[in-house]
Amino acid sequence: MNAENTTDPKTIVPKIIVKDLNFYYGNYRALKNINLSIAEKMVTAFIGPSGCGKSTLLRTFNRMYQLYPQQKATGEILLDGANILDKSQDLNMLRARIGMVFQKPTPFPMSIYDNIAFGVKLYENLSKNDMDERVEWALHKAALWTEAKDKLKQSGTGLSGGQQQRLCIARAIAVKPQVLLLDEPTSALDPISTAHIEKLIDELKEDFTIVIVTHNMQQAARVSDYTAYMYLGDLIEFGDTSTVFTNPKRKETEDYITGRFG
Amino acid sequence: MIMMNLYTRRRIINAAGLVISVLAMAFGLFWLCWILWTLLEHGLPALTPMVFAQMTPPPGSSGGLLNAIAGSLMMTLVGTLIGTPIGILAGTYLAEFGQRGWLAPITRFINDVLLSAPSIVIGLFVYEVYVVHVKHFSGWAGALALAIIVIPIVIRTTENMLRLVPTTLREAAAALGAPQWKIINFITLRAARAGIITGVMLAIARISGETAPLLFTALNNQFWNSNMDQPMANLPVVIFQFAMSPYEDWQKLAWAGALLITLSVLTLNILARVLFRQKAASH
Repeated sequence: MNAENTTDPKTIVPKIIVKDLNFYYGNYRALKNINLSIAEKMVTAFIGPSGCGKSTLLRTFNRMYQLYPQQKATGEILLDGANILDKSQDLNMLRARIGMVFQKPTPFPMSIYDNIAFGVKLYENLSKNDMDERVEWALHKAALWTEAKDKLKQSGTGLSGGQQQRLCIARAIAVKPQVLLLDEPTSALDPISTAHIEKLIDELKEDFTIVIVTHNMQQAARVSDYTAYMYLGDLIEFGDTSTVFTNPKRKETEDYITGRFG
Repeated sequence: MIMMNLYTRRRIINAAGLVISVLAMAFGLFWLCWILWTLLEHGLPALTPMVFAQMTPPPGSSGGLLNAIAGSLMMTLVGTLIGTPIGILAGTYLAEFGQRGWLAPITRFINDVLLSAPSIVIGLFVYEVYVVHVKHFSGWAGALALAIIVIPIVIRTTENMLRLVPTTLREAAAALGAPQWKIINFITLRAARAGIITGVMLAIARISGETAPLLFTALNNQFWNSNMDQPMANLPVVIFQFAMSPYEDWQKLAWAGALLITLSVLTLNILARVLFRQKAASH
């Protein structure tokens, strides 16, 4: 495992290790020999211009691409040492361990309570009381409890955009995953809701390993411990966030983060 | 100056376009209003309580349309009950599983053909495969013909409504690890519910005025009949028969029946619109 710890050999415990990952949309190769490791209970950000493959990379971590027959991945993604790209890995159990939040808020057409209970019910058979507790716990974690506690029976689609996104985060963590994938979670939100979510990310990394894709470089600088800069399917630079932003090793990274490009 | 001329020209073209489209709309509405007016003019006086209380009369005596109303309701109900589940299931298949393989495109094509098939063909088809074999006309045969008309409409609207459900919603459910049947049952079908119900209502509206498929299947019945295995009176065929007759009583009843069908179709359409608007508002 030590060989992978190229970025920060002191404390990093890799939760996910990506080895020689290639990804194809049909014949188009969207990811080219990606190698990196995601540190446990840290925030790792993927940045880069549109089409660089950062979302594609994120979506391989829970095999989201399997919904689409023409997409495929080769290589290895080790989650706690086991290759999740292996067909023998149960997809639903994998997704119980790796939660995901999307760019646009995606509340299900049901009550706030049921939105959160939906995922939990897939894996656990909780009593009414335990489920109530779990829903409350998840809403607390997602900093939505005070706003939502009086309208748990109301439709999740009636919340504001920022609240919907926090509902989606609550829904994802209610399943008690180990890893949270955030795919541009604030790009559809206003600055105040964005600040809410960023603060939340900071709190959530106590319990979860977080991977975030973002278009917003300041956001990456604010919330992440490690940053990966990608361009046209290549991983250009990967390291701890302060180094990548203040002292990038590669010229391309510097050009991008200083706004000369992208 | 050139700028001004361009702008003036654009304004004139705009005005001309507006006038032409308003005229086209007025032309279409004119016939519709005329039809409605005629219907109300002749139908309203004929629409007495007797219409709902008495059976279709022999020529020359007074009567109502009770047996035809009941027959129409029964056959429409059974036709809808048969056609709706099949249509929703097939539409779900096309929308949720139809991305791969050759079966879905073929089904979709055949469904489109069925959707635009003249209803008299469907009547003849049921006559040939059912009525000929049991050797008598019946309410079941009528309901069957109506169901065959319902199916393609419901398939089409179900598929369209499910496709309107954003992919991200499916992905979000899949990302939680939900199996596909749960995603479809609890997320996508639920998200598309109002649209699907709208489709079913439009299908009911469509079959409640169909005459041709019933002519060869349910035929008609002068008497009260609640046995679906017997020939069954129904509004469209009664209207057809009575309106062509030389008897004034019958003609009046035909107007009353036509007004009844129109009003119920109108109600269904309005209900469907209200439902759909509620759905649009909640998103």
